Amino acid sequence: MNKRFTFIIKIACICFATLMSCKEEQIGFNAQVRPILNKKCISCHGGVKQSGGFGLVFRENAIGKTANGKYGIVPGHPEESEMIARITHKDPEMRMPIEEPPLTDEEIDVLKTWIAQGANWEEHWAYLKPEVKTVPEIDAKWGTNTIDAFILKTLDAKGLSPNVEANPYDLVRRLCLDLTGLPPTEAQIANFTSDTSQVHYEAFVDTLLNAPSYGEHWASMWLDLARYADSKGYERDRKRQIWKYRDWVIDAFNTDMPFDEFTIKQLAGDLLPNPTEAEYVATAFHRNTLANGEGGTGNEEYRVASVIDRVNTTWEVWQSTTMACVQCHSHPYDPIKHEEFYTSYAFFNNTLDWDGPKDSPLYRGFKGLEKQQLDEVKAWVAKVSSDETANQWGNFISTQEPKVLPEDFEDYGNATHRNTADQDFMIAYNNAYLKIGTVDLSAIDRLYLNYKQKVKATARVVVRQDSLNGPIIGEARLEPSRRFVNTPIKIKTKAKAAPLFIQIKSTAKNYKCLIDGILFGEKLPAPQNEAYTSTYKTIDGLLNAKYHYSTPVMFDKTPLFKRQTQVFDRGNWLVLKDTVQPNVPDLLNTTNAAFKNRLDLAKWLVSDANYLTARVIANRFWARLFGKGLVLTSEDFGTLGEKPTHPELLDWLAVTFSKEWQWRVKTLLKTIVLSSTYKQSAVITEDAKRKDPYNQWLARSSRVRLSAEQIRDQALAVSGLLSQKMHGPSVMPKQPDGVWTVIYSKDQWQTSEGEDAYRRGVYTYLRRSSPYPSFISFDASGRDACMSRRINTNTPLQALVTLNDPVYFEAALHLAKEIAPLEVEIKEKISIAYRKVMGKAIGIGKLEILNQLYNDTKAYYVAHEEEAQALIQSNQTSLAALTVVMNSLMNMDEFLVKN
Amino acid sequence: MDLFNEARKRKLEYVTRRHFLKKCSTGLGGIALASLIGPQNVFAGQRHLEQPDLGGLHLPHHLPKAKRVIYLHMAGAPSQLELFDYKPELQKLDGLDCPQSLLEGKRFAFIQGTPKMLGPQVNFGRYGQAGTYVSDLLPNFRTIVDDVAIIKSMHTDEFNHAPAQLLVQTGSPRTGRPSMGAWVTYGLGSENENLPGYMVLVSGGKNPSAGKNAWGSGFLPSEYQGVQCRNSGDPILYVSNPNGMSRDIRKKSLKAINAINEAQYKEFNDDETMSRISQYEMAFKMQVSVPDIMDVSKEPEYIREMYGAKQGEASFANNCLLARRLVEQGVRFVQLYDWGWDMHGTNKASSLDVGLHRKCRQIDKPMTALIQDLKQRGLLDDTLVVWGGEFGRTPMRENRGGFEMPFHGRDHHTEAYTIWMAGAGVKGGITHGETDQIGFYGIKDRVHVHDLQATILNQLGINHEKFTYNFQGRNFRLTDVHGHVIKDILS
Repeated sequence: MNKRFTFIIKIACICFATLMSCKEEQIGFNAQVRPILNKKCISCHGGVKQSGGFGLVFRENAIGKTANGKYGIVPGHPEESEMIARITHKDPEMRMPIEEPPLTDEEIDVLKTWIAQGANWEEHWAYLKPEVKTVPEIDAKWGTNTIDAFILKTLDAKGLSPNVEANPYDLVRRLCLDLTGLPPTEAQIANFTSDTSQVHYEAFVDTLLNAPSYGEHWASMWLDLARYADSKGYERDRKRQIWKYRDWVIDAFNTDMPFDEFTIKQLAGDLLPNPTEAEYVATAFHRNTLANGEGGTGNEEYRVASVIDRVNTTWEVWQSTTMACVQCHSHPYDPIKHEEFYTSYAFFNNTLDWDGPKDSPLYRGFKGLEKQQLDEVKAWVAKVSSDETANQWGNFISTQEPKVLPEDFEDYGNATHRNTADQDFMIAYNNAYLKIGTVDLSAIDRLYLNYKQKVKATARVVVRQDSLNGPIIGEARLEPSRRFVNTPIKIKTKAKAAPLFIQIKSTAKNYKCLIDGILFGEKLPAPQNEAYTSTYKTIDGLLNAKYHYSTPVMFDKTPLFKRQTQVFDRGNWLVLKDTVQPNVPDLLNTTNAAFKNRLDLAKWLVSDANYLTARVIANRFWARLFGKGLVLTSEDFGTLGEKPTHPELLDWLAVTFSKEWQWRVKTLLKTIVLSSTYKQSAVITEDAKRKDPYNQWLARSSRVRLSAEQIRDQALAVSGLLSQKMHGPSVMPKQPDGVWTVIYSKDQWQTSEGEDAYRRGVYTYLRRSSPYPSFISFDASGRDACMSRRINTNTPLQALVTLNDPVYFEAALHLAKEIAPLEVEIKEKISIAYRKVMGKAIGIGKLEILNQLYNDTKAYYVAHEEEAQALIQSNQTSLAALTVVMNSLMNMDEFLVKN
Repeated sequence: MDLFNEARKRKLEYVTRRHFLKKCSTGLGGIALASLIGPQNVFAGQRHLEQPDLGGLHLPHHLPKAKRVIYLHMAGAPSQLELFDYKPELQKLDGLDCPQSLLEGKRFAFIQGTPKMLGPQVNFGRYGQAGTYVSDLLPNFRTIVDDVAIIKSMHTDEFNHAPAQLLVQTGSPRTGRPSMGAWVTYGLGSENENLPGYMVLVSGGKNPSAGKNAWGSGFLPSEYQGVQCRNSGDPILYVSNPNGMSRDIRKKSLKAINAINEAQYKEFNDDETMSRISQYEMAFKMQVSVPDIMDVSKEPEYIREMYGAKQGEASFANNCLLARRLVEQGVRFVQLYDWGWDMHGTNKASSLDVGLHRKCRQIDKPMTALIQDLKQRGLLDDTLVVWGGEFGRTPMRENRGGFEMPFHGRDHHTEAYTIWMAGAGVKGGITHGETDQIGFYGIKDRVHVHDLQATILNQLGINHEKFTYNFQGRNFRLTDVHGHVIKDILS
């Protein structure tokens, strides 16, 4: 055949192929275009700063007319797009990005082709529905479950291969620390290492997941997100009793409460039908906001600050979406608009809490006689009515809500509203009146005036209907009272609804009382017999009774006193603009759902319509086990956050967790720790270190430093000091004098007695202005704000803690005392101690080092017996030397990390 | 990019910690680590690989004038009207009702109804070459007015102590942001690897209202938080060995710990283990360096006398002397808080008549000595000293609850107050800004708290608009989205 002809055919084929491939290569916006825009353009052409009138967050801005009348992007026409002209401009004064290196030729080509293809926009990956397209098969050569199949696929692509399985001693320690926060006991190690089968491994994991210490460990993670602390935050930083919430979280983990239920109860437990005490306590999640009782602070200002914090925290915890910027303006990088902050704000703006001194609404817990009385009331109501009604009465007595607050009075006279610092009440002078707008009286039997009166006089309080001169429908007498009390005023009226006027009159000229609010009491559901009267008497008594503990909870205002939410002009709460209704940002509202209140929001977060929650939460748990998440920035899934290293695995986890596993966290964790990926050794080969220095692709286990709580718990556990006691008020372990020097506060750190000084870290009292020092050194959160991940540091201050903090020294001494009496030679003692600390046999090299340390130290103390005496309050020089060795063991790098 | 920045960037690209560790992994020890790794690797710190560094890598942005900062924060907010901002006109109005026009739309902490105007409660004189007004309560300070720039037109957004202190120290009135010292050490590191780069000294018997958040690291890694030096017990928590553990024994035990860690490194090949070895070495050195530097008795008698420092006292005088000792050793940011300046007039101790006199006696000599001492050592040229409170006081007399108070006092005031700065390129002998005739508003060259922060960073070679940290998807700055450098006070 003619050579030339063949040549022509070849050329034609090549041309055709090229043409075809050009045609076929569709530029992916998320994969190719967005990274360029984010890196090179968005800091000046974003959602807020739109230099030259050109912004790249919303497509409508990007293709719109810019300030100089030109179009930045003309879909289909790169040659007419000003953006292309400017990134390729010859004049450095004109060329974009200004004062930065130019885009590479490849980047420019991508943008040109993308515009030529129509400049199609694609939602950021996190705002697209998680989908499981194909689940890779588990490979015969490596892998236990689906996780491994996903991981191996990427490893193959990256030219990496999985590491060998960790040795069983390291693995059992890793498992125990990961699942329960505590190191394995000798019995656990023996059990684990006795049988290396997968069946046994799984059974072992089950025992850990069912241990009470499991909930205590995972609660720490959640409490960072919930910004849980035992004090209010600002200035004098008074105590806040909210430990019931911490216990609720521990129990929720231990009972494996499905995460959707866990979500709904914390965000809106109070709005569930006829909530239980536990459901109210769960809502304390959002009562962990800071309060400011400093003299002269405006209570409304700090109530607003709390609501803002609730908005930011909710979006961060469940959606890893940053709302903080949207408080003042539209989001600079993600398509969220300014007013959408306030539609979110509207969900949280209707609760009865405020920046007052009492932290109310509170859920009170009674004990003794009062508890018995409450039970009797509930039993009686249940008998005459229903269990449901009995529960409602229990809630009414325990919360004393919903109260009509001073801010709700429609009008008042001879009275002043004090609403700053630690005051929030009406000062009512003689002849004062307070007006409450039209209230439903059909089911009302009485109202309770919450007041305090120092003046030694009496006053008559009357309730009038309709006007200041209207008919009297109730009256009572006010006696001096040093504390706020609820005084009942029986109401008799035929009116179904009416405005009320409450008047206070006294014969004393200097009369003055403080009014905290008014509570409406419903009619008991029974005929007015003797039992009815005596039950009312008990109820009235309980409303003033002492209680054992209390927990701040969420409680919505009644519709009559509902707050309107208005947009804050540029984030300034004093300048209000348009009124808005509760809603979620358009971007995330995939089904255009309508929202009324927090309960709708909570249900939506864990519904199919939400694409983020399952991913965000699965990522949080993954991050705790592997040291970092599949999305590294677990706090930000938005445009500026990191992209997932294993997007398909993340989506598979999210979908399986929320659907197949029904949001069961234990199943999620179990699946992960059962994987071969998890079980890999942490030994780093030079090859893996070079190819994947940060272990993104998981060809090994990451060596992760233990958390602040784990480090302390572990020292106490291996030395035998750790208390197993669960729940209850926070405790104060040993802390040096003078750490608490908080202004205007007499609160003292008083070391707890007995075993309470040796409880797990999750129970340590956390005062925000002065957190437990050793925890802060090890990167724990001060709990001022929601914290998604702790950044592990490595500092000399940490060394000083584990070397010298009396807590750690005591642990060393305690362990030494246990080892010292054993009738074996010193090397054996050191081996036993090492086994107690690390759960495995000591290597010869390390044993020699420690033996040398022991001998040197012993010789020193023999020569300086008085120093041994000072160290351990005894002249046993061998015990002193052994203590020094134990102290060293607890400072080994391997003790502070999980291998 | 200029040559200076170019060179610095190159250096940083080459000398990363990992690179260093890899090269030196056979040598072990790594004691000199911090000083070799580059400026953003502070005191014992290292870059956190998961945390992309944005602003820090290019630091400094320009040639710095200041190498270090001493910030003297008078917690409680001193009265500018009794110390620096002399208002003879206010004297004439003393006792008259405050005009409603001044009160409308304003929020005060305690003033209610119509308060009375209150004239200056002390006499003033003019000192120095520029005839600067200084209160009779500061007889020593008047001798150094030619070394300081006084800013009379400061203003802030917050009228309560805790939020206002947070605004000054962190750029935001709410908790959770890094403090200025944390930002600075994050950006510039420390000059001395044996001491923390950011140290905090407290006097007056109480911590400031903002608590430890005032020197917290916010969203920056915890190693950048201020380290509080304590006046009793360990100068830094846990720096002392347990009783009966001599330095000799500690040395032996550290040797053993490090040898075990080396073995661990050989097994697992994890660079963090190497880093831990160096942290333990540094901790060991700090055990000597910290108590030593915190011991004022190491100073000659005449120096202690100059400051009025006395061994063992938790006084502002001691803290001023310690501040000098710390910056001399290369500590980057020394933050002092002196509590007790909140003169409302509710009692003697919190009155302009008595309490203010007492507080002034406590600070006048030491702060003067600090400037003189830094100057005589040549340290004032590159040490920036800032003095000020978190807001000012009202020209009206406080009338808490609408009643006359037992003593003379003034309420919190956001619109005008005075601070001063000295050293490191700040002009001496000048007064910047002006308030109206009664000291209510700044009427010329107003300076906001964010402007002050921008200026402090500027002197350290940092452009406050470029110095950012990405957190929750947003680039945060100390100055938020505000701040202008106060160019007029810079030489």
